Amino acid sequence: MYAQMVKTDAPRVKSLDEMDPQERAFQERIDAGQKIEPKEWMPEGYRKTLIRQISQHAHSEIVGQLPEGNWITRAPTLERKAILLAKVQDEAGHGLYLYCAAETLGISRDEMYEQLHSGKAKYSSIFNYPTLSWADIGAIGWLVDGAAIMNQVPLQRCSYGPYSRAMIRICKEESFHQRQGFDILMKMVKGTSAQKALAQDALNRWWWPSLMMFGPSDDASVHSAQSMAWKIKQNSNDELRQKFVDQTVPQAEYLGLTIPDADLRWNEAKGGYDFGEPDWNEFFEVIAGNGPCNAERLGARRQAWEDGAWFRDALTAHAEKAARRAQPVAAE
Amino acid sequence: MSSEWPLWEVFIRGQHGLNHRHVGSLHAPDAEMAINNARDVYTRRNEGVSIWVVRSSDIVASAPSEKGPLFEPSNSKVYRHPTFFDIPDEVGHM
Repeated sequence: MYAQMVKTDAPRVKSLDEMDPQERAFQERIDAGQKIEPKEWMPEGYRKTLIRQISQHAHSEIVGQLPEGNWITRAPTLERKAILLAKVQDEAGHGLYLYCAAETLGISRDEMYEQLHSGKAKYSSIFNYPTLSWADIGAIGWLVDGAAIMNQVPLQRCSYGPYSRAMIRICKEESFHQRQGFDILMKMVKGTSAQKALAQDALNRWWWPSLMMFGPSDDASVHSAQSMAWKIKQNSNDELRQKFVDQTVPQAEYLGLTIPDADLRWNEAKGGYDFGEPDWNEFFEVIAGNGPCNAERLGARRQAWEDGAWFRDALTAHAEKAARRAQPVAAE
Repeated sequence: MSSEWPLWEVFIRGQHGLNHRHVGSLHAPDAEMAINNARDVYTRRNEGVSIWVVRSSDIVASAPSEKGPLFEPSNSKVYRHPTFFDIPDEVGHM
């Protein structure tokens, strides 16, 4: 997902009887559906797992601006451009909500940026693919944001208060993103045959990477089991992927586009679609930094950070100077 | 240089005359920028009519470990809730 394959440091999930009293009390609160808040005691593994997951999620929002940013100056109309700008600005906002949530766990913003820029921290594999045509902006909103919503809706119930609250804000705004994407494609499939072909081409290229967003099957993963016991994660990767396919196929049919999967067919018995297996080798290559745009994305991100250094420093210097000069002023 | 900007807590009063409500936090070099950033980060959809920002370091919070001694005393005072008192139906709405 926006956070893929998050490690928990757990060799296996402990039972309540194996826990010391403090940890057991913590687990019982989680089991009872209570929220954990920043200054409360928590196991070190819970804290570290959340930092990994939330920061990875935040990095994904931030890097996720780049593929779409590519089309801001080339949007087909002024209205489309304004809409895309608003969407990209939302992504920045989502990144900020999430960085703040992660900071409550004791990691600084600068540390997280450093981890992103050095390549130590990951972000979602999906943002390492290129946006070749305007239809890609439609496909990203429809499929990528659609997949993100699938994952983020259950995360609103996450056991960690600040993460859960950030997800509630994000989910409120995310539906606009998916609809604007679908709207772009609706327009294109009603256009010329060349425009319809662009829409089909975008679906062909984004379909499999979108399915990979959920990560490989994690039914046997101890990390996944531990995250579920901590209620950091609510559904298995396969469960969410299935839901996504079931939801998306009829939408593709509405658009008159063909999903590029020869194995896709309705399975009456399970009440869902059977579908093919994504190319997990490709996924692992992209995660390892060898996707089509990894170097470009990280390069753009690093450059933006470095180019902005003088400005950040200037604002700090200005604030310090003003503080030295300040007279006490009565609050309103 | 490159020191991190301080953290601010953001409170927004919504459209309907309710109290300012904590919505999250952000980094900014000074109060003015904190208000500007809060506008961009937390009110992109007209969520507010007023913003407060407070340096996070200026907030004093109760300790989670004090939860017991702090809140326990009110647990036994159920008579503070109106439902504690049975008013006969004949009396009507009260």
